[in-house]
Amino acid sequence: MPVNNSLATTQPMASLPVARRTPTGLRVGRVSDVGHVRDHNEDVLLTLETSQLGQQAPEPLGFFALADGMGGHEAGELASALAVRVVTHHLVNAIFKSYLFNEPRDASQPPLSEVLVNAVMAANMAVHDQVNGGGTTLTCALILGGRAYLAHVGDSRAYLWAGNRLRQITKDHSLVDRLVELGQISSGDALSHPQRNVLYRAVGQGEALEVDTYVEPLPSHYRLLLCCDGLWGMVGDEQLEKVLRSAATPQEACDQLVELANAAGGQDNITAVVVEP
Amino acid sequence: MDTRAIATEPKVPRGRGDGTLAVGQVLQQRYQVLGVLGMGGMSAVYQARDLRFPSVTKLCAIKEMINLAPDPQLRAIAVQNFEREANILATLSHPSIPKVYDYFSERDRAYLVIEYIDGQDLEAYLADSQGLLPQELVLDWGIRLCQVLAYLHSHNPPIIFRDMKPSNVMLDKHEEIRLVDFGIAKLFQTGQKGTMIGTEGYSPPEQYRGATDPRGDVYALGATLHHLLTKQDPRVEPPFSFHERPVKAAHPAVSDQFVEIIGRALEYEPEKRWTSILEMQSALETVRGVPGGVAKPGTVRMSSSEIEPLWVFTCEDEVRSNPAVAEGVVFAGAYDNNLYAVDAQTGQFKWKYATEGGLASSPCVWQDRVFIGSEDNSLYCINAQTGRIVWTCPTQGCVRSSPRVEYNHVFFGSDDHHLYAANVQTGRVAWKSDTEGPVRSRPAIGDESVYFGCEDGAIYALDIRGVLRWRFTTKRAVTSSPTLDEGILYVGSGDHTIYALDVRSGWAVWRLRTGKPVISSPAVAKGTVFVGSVDHGVYALDARTGRQVWKFSTDNQVTSSPAFFEDAVYFGSVDGNVYSLDGRTGTLRWRFRTGGPVTSSPIIADGIVYIGSTDHRVYALVA
Repeated sequence: MPVNNSLATTQPMASLPVARRTPTGLRVGRVSDVGHVRDHNEDVLLTLETSQLGQQAPEPLGFFALADGMGGHEAGELASALAVRVVTHHLVNAIFKSYLFNEPRDASQPPLSEVLVNAVMAANMAVHDQVNGGGTTLTCALILGGRAYLAHVGDSRAYLWAGNRLRQITKDHSLVDRLVELGQISSGDALSHPQRNVLYRAVGQGEALEVDTYVEPLPSHYRLLLCCDGLWGMVGDEQLEKVLRSAATPQEACDQLVELANAAGGQDNITAVVVEP
Repeated sequence: MDTRAIATEPKVPRGRGDGTLAVGQVLQQRYQVLGVLGMGGMSAVYQARDLRFPSVTKLCAIKEMINLAPDPQLRAIAVQNFEREANILATLSHPSIPKVYDYFSERDRAYLVIEYIDGQDLEAYLADSQGLLPQELVLDWGIRLCQVLAYLHSHNPPIIFRDMKPSNVMLDKHEEIRLVDFGIAKLFQTGQKGTMIGTEGYSPPEQYRGATDPRGDVYALGATLHHLLTKQDPRVEPPFSFHERPVKAAHPAVSDQFVEIIGRALEYEPEKRWTSILEMQSALETVRGVPGGVAKPGTVRMSSSEIEPLWVFTCEDEVRSNPAVAEGVVFAGAYDNNLYAVDAQTGQFKWKYATEGGLASSPCVWQDRVFIGSEDNSLYCINAQTGRIVWTCPTQGCVRSSPRVEYNHVFFGSDDHHLYAANVQTGRVAWKSDTEGPVRSRPAIGDESVYFGCEDGAIYALDIRGVLRWRFTTKRAVTSSPTLDEGILYVGSGDHTIYALDVRSGWAVWRLRTGKPVISSPAVAKGTVFVGSVDHGVYALDARTGRQVWKFSTDNQVTSSPAFFEDAVYFGSVDGNVYSLDGRTGTLRWRFRTGGPVTSSPIIADGIVYIGSTDHRVYALVA
């Protein structure tokens, strides 16, 4: 912040800059497509945004939850649908009232990362108890104030495009990802490894679950992408980056991404959400 | 989608009900099924009775494997392989290996008839046990497992067990170890889709490239011992993450030597592991008799005599606040009411200025002026060169808060429950903002906002004109001064907790609870937050997540605020010492003993640490 020396001596008030805060809403694009191979869609995406205009407007809030279900006999669909509902319900209960009324923040409320972990744990218990033989990935992002808070289990992904760079935020909980990390196989081998679809963590597999959390500071211009493996498995990072950089709107970005995934074969369901300030 | 998760508990596969052998069913007109002992992905184990012994009940276990090879030729090869392996197993003779009695194939299934073991596998044993297993017990099992694996490896070519894990080790009625499941089942799993092998957590990384040799069993045994000691099931942890989950963290009583042996077995690269299971066995044998929990001596601590101060300057009373350094001059406030200016190189006295009260506030230098609060209720502005007064700004309470200058204004708090913004040239108050308690914390300024803690328990965010933006309420007084870094405000509270707040929204990003109040103010460097606690500790926390990187314990409260300089962190403790620790590891670099509790915080300039002590002195130490 530049220090303004010029007016200080005579007009103390004038030397203090005028505080300007004009929050605007978030712009969101979303898509979910069955793809070219499967006959049903086990992905679920839920988005929730507030925007309020006016002098006293609070920072905009956005919540995005994406789940990719697994398990036969409809268990996959049930698991993903239940997971996003429970996670959103928990989050709304925990923070929405304080948010709306701009109540003093209180140390008795857990930090936002903990709120998200608790929400995912609630979803985990619900799927474990109510969906026999089903599980799901679950990647969710809360945007509030200057940052995005993420909680993540499985191999759906979150990417942040900012400063002309695309960065994968989340880490896949997959066996091959670990093998690549340890240099045992190349990332090229990973795409064709017989166990490439093996997850070591998923929602609904047991009472214990370790949830990864990330807190990402958000610059003034960014695009946040959440997507399932039906997108990232078909469309390489370079193409993702290109679309996020060039698409006119978040919705156009989503539409282009689905087109690319289907053009590459559309082997799986394709679901994505793109958010920008 | 076809993504699958590893089932952590064996589940009966769907649609298999009709394939399971019924109780009473007889195989080969000889083995009568009595019940199911276990169910795996594509195999099952039954308890059966051998009808060739009609007058006695001779029990056996029958392992059934489903041959899922897609075409007849491959199926035939799988059966051949099975028969070859079964023949090898039948020739084995070791007290820890159950005997193979018979094998046969029926339709698409292959069966192996083995000795029935009455007992419990180690996975079940571990699940039933209360608390942690003693080191001696796990060590003993480890040695005996080495013996049986060494027996297998001694064959030519070596027999690789390939499936070492707690559930494949039985503890029989005589507390003897038995290896119950050989990798034979894997012969039938090639080319299958949709099946999970439930052993991922114990297999070595190279196995996923198709490589197998005896060192793979070394790894899996290491994984098994790690699981038994820590009670952390590797199948639900990230694969190959043993090194990230130290045995000692879960089970502190395990000896370093045992931990090291397991660590070497778990090296990612086979070349770095024990070269043979025999070598691992002899290493384990040396641990026996060495009492557990005997840690190696800690870091070698340097004695304080090795640290010689550059200079020492003595005031007439305690120096509790931080010095400030600018233009080769050190400024320090003391409880003798004086603000002192001394030469930073030599410690030579330059001037002093007497206020009417004790100085608990730390000085702040801006251009040619020094600002400091006094317990006489005023903030002072003093010429840095001459030590002459420029102006004072009176308040209605002690000024214990340390001032900060920004936007040509000096911001400071008072015990009169206000935060003040005063013109830096004239001392005229531009605004003051009301709180519900004394403000002793030093304000942080950034992004056109002022952030400070208050004895009313809140952290306030005001815009630059003094209008409240948000307030975060903790459960006790906030004396700690907030630190602003990349849009996050880090601050401690009397409620024992360190908070990271998003400056735009005022929501907590994370929090970490220490054992006692946190008066110390955080320092942030290289993505790490350093802060002291009254619980005697200094914490290094990941700035993004709040996860503890390390903690260092002193012998008394740490109210001093850490300073970071060239990969090292510096702070004082009420135990009388000034400490320097390695910033990454928290290991002691040096400590220097003063004559009294050190509540002052170090200021570092040009490689020199300046710090006050309640022994009335200001010290200059080489960083």
